Amino acid sequence: MSGKVMTMAQAIGEFVRDGDTVVIEGFTHLICFAAGHEIIRQKKRDLVACRLTPDLIYDQMVAAGCVRKLVFSWAGNPGVGSLFGLRRAVEEGIPRNVEIEEYSHFGMVARFMAGASHLPFMHLKTFEGSDLPKKNRNIKFIRCPYTRKRYATVPALNPDVAVIHVQRADEEGNAQIWGLMGVQREAAFASKKVVIVAEELVSGDVIRADPNRTLIPGLIVDAVVIEPFAAHPSYALGYYDRDNDFYMEWAKVSKDKAGLDRYLAEWVTGLSGRGEYREKLGAECLKKLEADIRPSGSVNYGF
Amino acid sequence: MGFEMTGYTPSEMMVVRAARELKNGEVVFVGIGLPNVACNLARRFHAPELVLIYESGAVGAAPDRLPLSIGDPCLATDSISVCSMVEVFNYYLQGGLIDVGFLGGAQVDRFGNINSTVIGDYDRPKVRLPGSGGACEIAIHAKKIIMVLKQSPKSFPEEIDFITSPGFIDEANSRSRYGFPGKGPSLIITDFGVYGFTKNTHEMILQEIYPGVAVKDVKANIGWDVKVSRRLETTVPPIAEELQIIRRDLDPGRIHLR
Repeated sequence: MSGKVMTMAQAIGEFVRDGDTVVIEGFTHLICFAAGHEIIRQKKRDLVACRLTPDLIYDQMVAAGCVRKLVFSWAGNPGVGSLFGLRRAVEEGIPRNVEIEEYSHFGMVARFMAGASHLPFMHLKTFEGSDLPKKNRNIKFIRCPYTRKRYATVPALNPDVAVIHVQRADEEGNAQIWGLMGVQREAAFASKKVVIVAEELVSGDVIRADPNRTLIPGLIVDAVVIEPFAAHPSYALGYYDRDNDFYMEWAKVSKDKAGLDRYLAEWVTGLSGRGEYREKLGAECLKKLEADIRPSGSVNYGF
Repeated sequence: MGFEMTGYTPSEMMVVRAARELKNGEVVFVGIGLPNVACNLARRFHAPELVLIYESGAVGAAPDRLPLSIGDPCLATDSISVCSMVEVFNYYLQGGLIDVGFLGGAQVDRFGNINSTVIGDYDRPKVRLPGSGGACEIAIHAKKIIMVLKQSPKSFPEEIDFITSPGFIDEANSRSRYGFPGKGPSLIITDFGVYGFTKNTHEMILQEIYPGVAVKDVKANIGWDVKVSRRLETTVPPIAEELQIIRRDLDPGRIHLR
């Protein structure tokens, strides 16, 4: 085994430190809930949590008191409504005040692009006519040196650590993703440390047989965690479906603080890790979410 | 809510009216909620070659169930292309490929400016809303914007608390001063009727009213003395096939059309 392969507890213990700027990306697809849960279990504090769409997992991390500041562009429960844990923090300071720094999706995408390219900022055409720049001084405007036209700029985002969930990876962390990609690649290249969490460990030969699917090369990866079902209730295309019932149920579970705290006690701090979580979910739930078989066919890489 | 096949709900009227606005072959940036239902209705009913683009990176999506989220797995399966969000926002949206952008929001003002950020003061919010998502840039770049949201004095106030996504901005249409590529809001579809915008003052004007709704009902549910077109029309109600697709295929669990 390569020195990079480790357990989730080891990876979070070693690579996420109190006060770090952390990104667990994934746009609906491949959101690593297991990493968020481990962060809660290890009682990490004062994190600057970045993500385009703070999803249920950031709702839980905020409610557990791990987060000092949230950097985001859309904070809701997609198709369902509010994130109540986050709203309690922002509206009432429960369990602590959480500072927010918000952009639009394009703004966050551009921040990761700049970060991944190691440029200080990125320019883009948005934000004019919006009140967002008035509330976020990091959004600025410049004139194009060639045309003199005005563009918005956003600063590079270079997190201390990225947790990127993928379908499969080899021991070196060469990681393959298919289906919706979000900004997984940009978040990885932008971050100082990269933890890959894979549904499945494959050999290097499997990776080399299909190199176009490798979004993240092992050369930027620090840790590889093999953890099936680590994205639930999010999903991994070809492995398991999104648990939409869970997302709808979350509105009720998290509506009041006591309910959300009960969830954390039962499903996060009360469990040792994803293995126990999978057992607790039960065979029926795993079966319900099992992916259909839809192979893509194959191409000839020969020359 | 009942499933009786006679009659229809205001949400169904909204979705059907929005769907009819989409032409076959158009490229649509699909938003969450009712727009999502409308776009999928149009694709299944009268516009099979509608190109659905979701900000999650699905291009030419052909979902065989209604996606709850705009990142649902059914959007990748069978789509024409799946790209990263870098490409969606830079190459497709900023690249000028989007004909129609659908937007909703918590508040809209008479110039079609949208608030999806906060109710009350930004720093001491009464209600913290999800925020822009891709709405701000969609409002700027899509050639045409259609809005779908329920109407009340709260959702259409005299002044909104925050401009997340610009419509015409003001009476003088400041979006032209900024050189936005898109023309701005073209229609607002509510549960009472349909609004366009006046040419000179760029403000909402009631153009269509739903069957059974009176102008006084419309006026009682909006935060200012809204203009009414002299050629006010009554919207054609949903037909059975449209309702059937919504109820049987798209939202049998009544998740979106609550």
